Amino acid sequence: MYAQMIKSTGQGVKSLEEMDPQERAFQERINAGGKIEPKDWMPDGYRKNLIRQIGQHAHSEIVGQLPEGNWITRAPTLERKAILLAKVQDEAGHGLYLYCAAETLGVSRDQLTRDLLSGKMKYSSIFNYPTLTWADMGAVGWLVDGAAIMNQVPLQRTSYGPYARAMVRICKEESFHQRQGYDIMMKMAKGTDAQRKMAQDALNRFWGPALMMFGPSDENSVHSAQSMAWKIKMNSNDELRQKFVDECVPQAEYLGLTVPDPDLKWNEERGHYDFTQPDWDEFFDVLKGNGPCNTERLAAHNKAWDDGAWVRDGLMAHAAKKRAAKLAAE
Amino acid sequence: MSSTTHEWPLFEIFIRGQHGLSHRHVGSLHAADAEMAIKNARDVYTRRNEGVSIWVVEATQIAASSPEEKGPLYEPANDKVYRHPTFFDIPDEVGAM
Amino acid sequence: MSTSQTEPNKGELFEFLCRMGDNTLVLGHRVSEWCGHAPVLEEDIALANTALDLIGQTTLWLDLAGKVEDAGRDADRLAFHRDVWDFRNLLLVEQPNGDFGQTIMRQFLFDAWHLSQLTALMESSDAQIAAIAEKSSKEATYHLERATDTVIGLGDGTDESHRRMQNALDLLWPYVGEMFVADAVDEAMVAAGIAPDPASLRPAYDTLVNDVFTAATLTKPQDDFGHRGGKSGKRHSEHLGHMLTQMQWLQRAYPDATW
Repeated sequence: MYAQMIKSTGQGVKSLEEMDPQERAFQERINAGGKIEPKDWMPDGYRKNLIRQIGQHAHSEIVGQLPEGNWITRAPTLERKAILLAKVQDEAGHGLYLYCAAETLGVSRDQLTRDLLSGKMKYSSIFNYPTLTWADMGAVGWLVDGAAIMNQVPLQRTSYGPYARAMVRICKEESFHQRQGYDIMMKMAKGTDAQRKMAQDALNRFWGPALMMFGPSDENSVHSAQSMAWKIKMNSNDELRQKFVDECVPQAEYLGLTVPDPDLKWNEERGHYDFTQPDWDEFFDVLKGNGPCNTERLAAHNKAWDDGAWVRDGLMAHAAKKRAAKLAAE
Repeated sequence: MSSTTHEWPLFEIFIRGQHGLSHRHVGSLHAADAEMAIKNARDVYTRRNEGVSIWVVEATQIAASSPEEKGPLYEPANDKVYRHPTFFDIPDEVGAM
Repeated sequence: MSTSQTEPNKGELFEFLCRMGDNTLVLGHRVSEWCGHAPVLEEDIALANTALDLIGQTTLWLDLAGKVEDAGRDADRLAFHRDVWDFRNLLLVEQPNGDFGQTIMRQFLFDAWHLSQLTALMESSDAQIAAIAEKSSKEATYHLERATDTVIGLGDGTDESHRRMQNALDLLWPYVGEMFVADAVDEAMVAAGIAPDPASLRPAYDTLVNDVFTAATLTKPQDDFGHRGGKSGKRHSEHLGHMLTQMQWLQRAYPDATW
């Protein structure tokens, strides 16, 4: 998802009996649906995992501004321009909320930013794909936000209080994102031949990458088991991916578009669609930095950060001058 | 990368809506000073709704009790509550304090 | 505003409304170019709010322009299907973003004029114009407040931020004069009690910007030369054409499509 491939530091999930009293109290509180707050005791692994997960989630929101930001200046109507701008602005806001949640764990936003810009920390693979036509704004909203929402809604119940509260706010604000994407797709699908072609092309290019957003199968992963025990991961990757496919197929049918998977078919027995796994070699290539846009995305953020240094410093220096003047006047 | 040592401080944002309720914590943000924090809060947390009242407090200025309900912990003066949570090992046997 | 009412002709009123709407359209577009690239997240969000306000105002002005013209053009048609010579925005707002200092200086110089223009328009003899002005003036008040603080903060910040802000002011000051020069369209608006005489806004503008530049430790250029040609549409800068190739591309490439 927005936080793919988070490796926990745990060696497997301890039973309550194996835990010392403090850890046991911590785990029992989580099991009972209680929230962990910044000043509560927490295992080191829980803290580290959360910093990585929330940080990656925040970075994904921030880098996620770029592929859609790419079309703000080319939006076809004033209304579409305003909606897209508001949506990309929301992503900046969501990144901000998440950085703040991470900061409660004792890491600064500057530190997280540096780790993003140096490539040490990752962001979701999906944002390393290019947006080539206006229909991509539809496909991203419909599929990418759709996949994100699937993950984020359960995270509102995650065990870490500040993270859960950030997710509540994010989910509330994000409710329109997927709809605006689907709305663009509907308009395109019912439009001219060229628009229908654009819409199908966007679906073709984003289907696989959207499925990859949930990460590789983690049925046998000790890392995921630990994260689920800690309730910082609420569902397995395959479970969410299946749910996503089941929801998207009828939506694509309604649009009159074809999901680019010749083996896609309803499985009566399972009550789910059978579908082809995305190209996991490609996924690992993208994670390694070899996606179509990895270089541009990081370069754009490094440039913004470097170009903005004088602004951050200037305003900080002015605030210090104001404080000094105020003190002198007292 | 410059300005790493001058990160804008973190502010906690409290907003009172239009229905006469008390100010409520809505989140945090960074700003060079309190005045900028108020403006940033309008942009980030209210999308500039008019008629709301905003309080901003630098996070380092907030003193907080421990949120633990059971086995409450002793809380010394700790002015960096949001950024550097501290942990206190208090055995269960110690009981309420 | 004048109480004597001389009905303006349709063409003049259309022209005036295009000036208002094209200013916000072009500046809103420029500011939106920052999305995802601002110096800090909080500023990214604030810039987007400004752009959103300006785009919203554009719709109001250009829809009204289209109604006045009565030729079946709405705000989108006007925004996406006119060429450079038909645009009526000030040269100031089409200037490229440059560094953040240029962007915020351009914003300040525009907002200071925009707010006093809108405040005057709230008294317009045309009720629809007065209503748009009233809504817009609330937004412009905040834009000006924010831009003022940022100009002062960066002007009186570090040596580098001061230098960049002074450069921005030197670069953009020659585009200020155009805001206050009246032509036949302005005169018709004044006669009809629709809009203020542009020159009448200058003294308050000068007082405001002088105060801000003093607080910002910036020096206003001595030369008051002003480039012209934007609001009359007679001679835009080369920058506008490039902006339109991007802004209008989809509409122009697929003219039979609706979006």
